[in-house]
Parts: sequence; structure tokens; C-alpha cells
Amino acid sequence: MARTKLDMISKEEEDMTAAYAAAGGNSEVLHNHEMSSLVVSGNKVLSANGTEGIVLEKKETEHGVDIKMTIKKGYKIPLPVHLCFGLIPKDGIQEIQMDFVAEEDSEVELIAHCTFPNAVKVIHKMDAKMVIGKNASVKYTETHFHGPHGGIQVLPKAYVKIEEGGNYSTNFSLISGRVGFLEFDYSVDAGKDSICEMVTKVYGKADDKIRILEKIALNGENARSVIKSRLAITDDAVSEFRGITEGHAAMARGHVDCMEVIQGNAKAEAVPIVRVDHPLAKVTHEAAIGCVDKKEVETLMARGLDEDDAIDIIVKGMLA
Amino acid sequence: MSYILTLKNLELCRDGKKILRGVNLEIGNQEIHSIIGANGAGKSTLAYTLMGLQGYEKKGGSIIFDGENIAELSITERARKGITLAWQEPARFEGLKVRDYLAIGARGNGGITEEELKDALCKVDLNPEKYLDREVGEALSGGERKRIELASIITMKPRLAILDEPDSGIDVVSLKEIVSLIRALKENGSSVLVITHREEIAAASDKASLMCEGSILRSGDPMEISEFFKSRCIPCDNRVYPLKEN
Repeated sequence: MARTKLDMISKEEEDMTAAYAAAGGNSEVLHNHEMSSLVVSGNKVLSANGTEGIVLEKKETEHGVDIKMTIKKGYKIPLPVHLCFGLIPKDGIQEIQMDFVAEEDSEVELIAHCTFPNAVKVIHKMDAKMVIGKNASVKYTETHFHGPHGGIQVLPKAYVKIEEGGNYSTNFSLISGRVGFLEFDYSVDAGKDSICEMVTKVYGKADDKIRILEKIALNGENARSVIKSRLAITDDAVSEFRGITEGHAAMARGHVDCMEVIQGNAKAEAVPIVRVDHPLAKVTHEAAIGCVDKKEVETLMARGLDEDDAIDIIVKGMLA
Repeated sequence: MSYILTLKNLELCRDGKKILRGVNLEIGNQEIHSIIGANGAGKSTLAYTLMGLQGYEKKGGSIIFDGENIAELSITERARKGITLAWQEPARFEGLKVRDYLAIGARGNGGITEEELKDALCKVDLNPEKYLDREVGEALSGGERKRIELASIITMKPRLAILDEPDSGIDVVSLKEIVSLIRALKENGSSVLVITHREEIAAASDKASLMCEGSILRSGDPMEISEFFKSRCIPCDNRVYPLKEN
């Protein structure tokens, strides 16, 4: 077990812990030495805790942190690894460079919370390279919490390679606070017998701008994938979704599913793209943009809710 | 007899066409009242008009609920007065858990206990352990969603429950449970207006009305009304028209 704790940062750590809790995280896990965790504020590593089977290296850079995490071959990490990234000040930049490897037959769940409670002019960039080894399984959940100002740019970018029999699922959620500007760009190469599931859920308000690009190339025989996107936008928010799935191998199966709910003056565009160049591959898609389902609203109103509450429950359910 | 609902000459037009043509109807307190009639007779339209759904605003006549004309009230206002509707095809609600859906109707009654949630599901023959934490929009069958819809009526404890074909999508064996449920609603103090094609449900009613071409042709004993419907009406262009009286 390796554990690092930096001094002189108790106030910042306190603020980050509070922000982590506001983002929906259970702050106790950050202090539980039985669990792996990493807390990064700006370019400072406030705490890092690795457990058996996990090699965690981190290096502070001018605007962020370079992280290298390896799940060692055959290790099945019993408890989730908690990651917390954020910035407490109103302005600043945070660049996270992530190099992640889940070695053969390993298994891990990563739970990341990214929190920017006071952001007025903040840029948060993540550039990740992930390798999911042969028969390895990785579940990655990333939940964002932004403040009410909307002055934040969130630019998560990832390239993921899934080797034979690997399983990668990711769930990105940004439904609390303002989105600001989000450009989500994930690309996956899926090998033989691999499984990939990508889910994004975003709630845009005011003049938020949302761009989502997800691409999965099903390169290996019997590779399977789902891209599922749920966007709700209101006021003057704008969203663009591109979900691309390519079937390049026999028995590859993929599906792109995008649903966007718009209210007010919001504008949404959804483009599911399917490309297939193998006769035994099959990729399907569905996309729907519209207002909240009228029957759902009227059903809840017939149970006594007013219209706004009914819409709120329906949108939150879709993004849950 | 005191009536919880009185309809006087209720009219409704959609797309320039008269759908309800002067409906007159009275429903007593804690009465189970069936509306029967062929497809296209206007039964579901009547249900939607009573609930005040968008596009089903009455053109003429009145809807008197508990002595007050509610025809101009919104869906929410009607619901808060104690009227609710179970749809023939329930909504899906992606991401909404069954327990949360059932609890919504109970908000007006000060909330609901875990026991009451379980009891509501048991009454529609669903195992609470299996269904309470599932999503309404999950891959549930039509019959399962229908039962959940009916359970949401139970938890709301309405004064008037309008059930639009509660038997559709539910197997014949379960009809007995639907009938029991309707009776339980009555025992709990609700009046029930049931739109139905099933004789078994009509037979369990206190009163029935036959609807034809947007108006109530006759009301009375449920068996007599059923018999009249079966023997004296003939299908014609998806509607039924009464044969001449004896």
C-alpha cells in the first residue's frame, strides 16, 4: 500500500471535500485507507491512496496533473476507486493527463467526481488514454458538479482500446449546476468479443453549449457496443450529438440511441452515424428530439402535480 | 341520492367533428359505473374530457363535481379535487422507479409508507420485492405497466377514479383481480367510472351506461345494459347504432 499526504493544504482539502460531497460523492471514502482514492485540486494532488493491485503514479504539472494508473494482471479490485478532480477558485485551468491500463483479467470500478462549485472562468481538460486488457473489466462513472455561473469549459477527451474479451462501460453525467461549454470526445477501438457501453447524460440550461462526439469502432469479431445519450436542454441552450458506430468484423453488433428533450428556446441536433463494411456486422440507431412526452406530463398532472413539477420529474428520471 | 359527478349536455368537438353530443350522466358517491359501447362511441373521449386533457376541452355543457362546475379547471386542479385517470395505454416514464411513481399520487394525502406501497402492488398482483425498485419505463410488459398504473390509482385514494379499459392487456385469469381492485377502490371511498368492453367488469358495477355516437343511449342495471348492447346493437362503420325499440 502506498499513501501520500501533502501538508499545507488542509483548507483546500476541506474545500475539496465539501465540493466532492456537493457533487454527490461520499466524502468518507476519500479518507478510508481500505479504498483507493485520488484527490486533485487544480494542479495539486491533495491526497492519493493506492491499494493492493493498483499502481498509482502522479506528477504535478503547470496546469494540472499527469496520472498513470495500472490495475495489475489478474487483480479484481473489490471496492471502487474514487477520484476527485476540481477547482475551488472562480477562475483557473486544470489539465488532467490520464494514462490508464487495466491489465489482463483485472477488474475495477472507477468513480470520478469533478467539481467546480464556484466556476466563473474555468477550463477543465482531461485527455485520457485507456487500455482495457484481455478479459479485463472496467466500469467508469464520471459525475460533474458545476456552480450556477456557467463560466466553465469542460473538455473531456479519451481514447480507449479494448482488447479481446474486455469489457468497458462508462457513464458521464452532468446534470447539476450549469454546463457552461462541454465538448465531450470519446473514441473507442473494440477488439474481438469485447463489450463497450457509453452513456452520457447532460442537462443544459441558460446559454449552455453541449457538444458530444462518441465513436466506437467494432474491429473484432463479435464485438458489441451501445452508445446511449440522454440530453435535456432548456432556455437558450444548444446541443449537438454525434454518435458513430462502425462495424468492421463478423458478428459485430452496435447500437446508437440518442434521446433529447428540449424546452424553451433550446436547439438540439442529433446525428447517429452507422458505418458497416463487413457483411456479417450489424449496427442500428435511433434518435429522437422533442418536447417532454405529453402523456407522461398529463399522467403526473392527473396525480396532482402541477405542470412544471411534472416536467421536472420526467426530465430527472430520464437523466437518472 | 347524492351524486359526485353530474354531466349536463356535455359536448366536445375535435378537428371540426362533434365527438361528444350532449352527454348526460350521473354517478353516485361510491358508485361503480361502467360505460360500455363499441369502438368509436366516444367512451375514451369522455374519460379524457372529464380529466381535462389538452385537446379535450368541452365545447358546451357542464361537468359538476361535488356540486362545483369544474369544466374550466386544469388537469392538476381537477386531480387535487380528487379526480384521476388510469390510461388505457399507460405512459412509460424512463428512469422513474415504481416506488416514486406510486408515491406521487399520495403526495396530496401526506405521503405514503413502505407498507402502503407494498400493499398497493399486492392488490394488483405484483410482487413488491420484485417491482418496487424497477423502472416504470423498463422492459415491462403491457400488462405489468397496466397493473402499476392501477396501483398508482390505489395510492392516490381519489374521490373519483376514471379507469379507461383497465382490463386491456391483462389476461382473462386476472380479470377477477381487476374486479376486486375496483371493488376495493369503492370500499376505500372512491367512486369509479370504468370504460370497458368486458361483461365481467360491467357485471360488477352498480350501474352501467351505454354510449353510442357520442351520447349516452341509456343507463341502468348493468346486466340489462349489457344485454341490450349485445342483442340490440349492430356494428356499422366501426360504430354501433341501436336497433328499433321493442
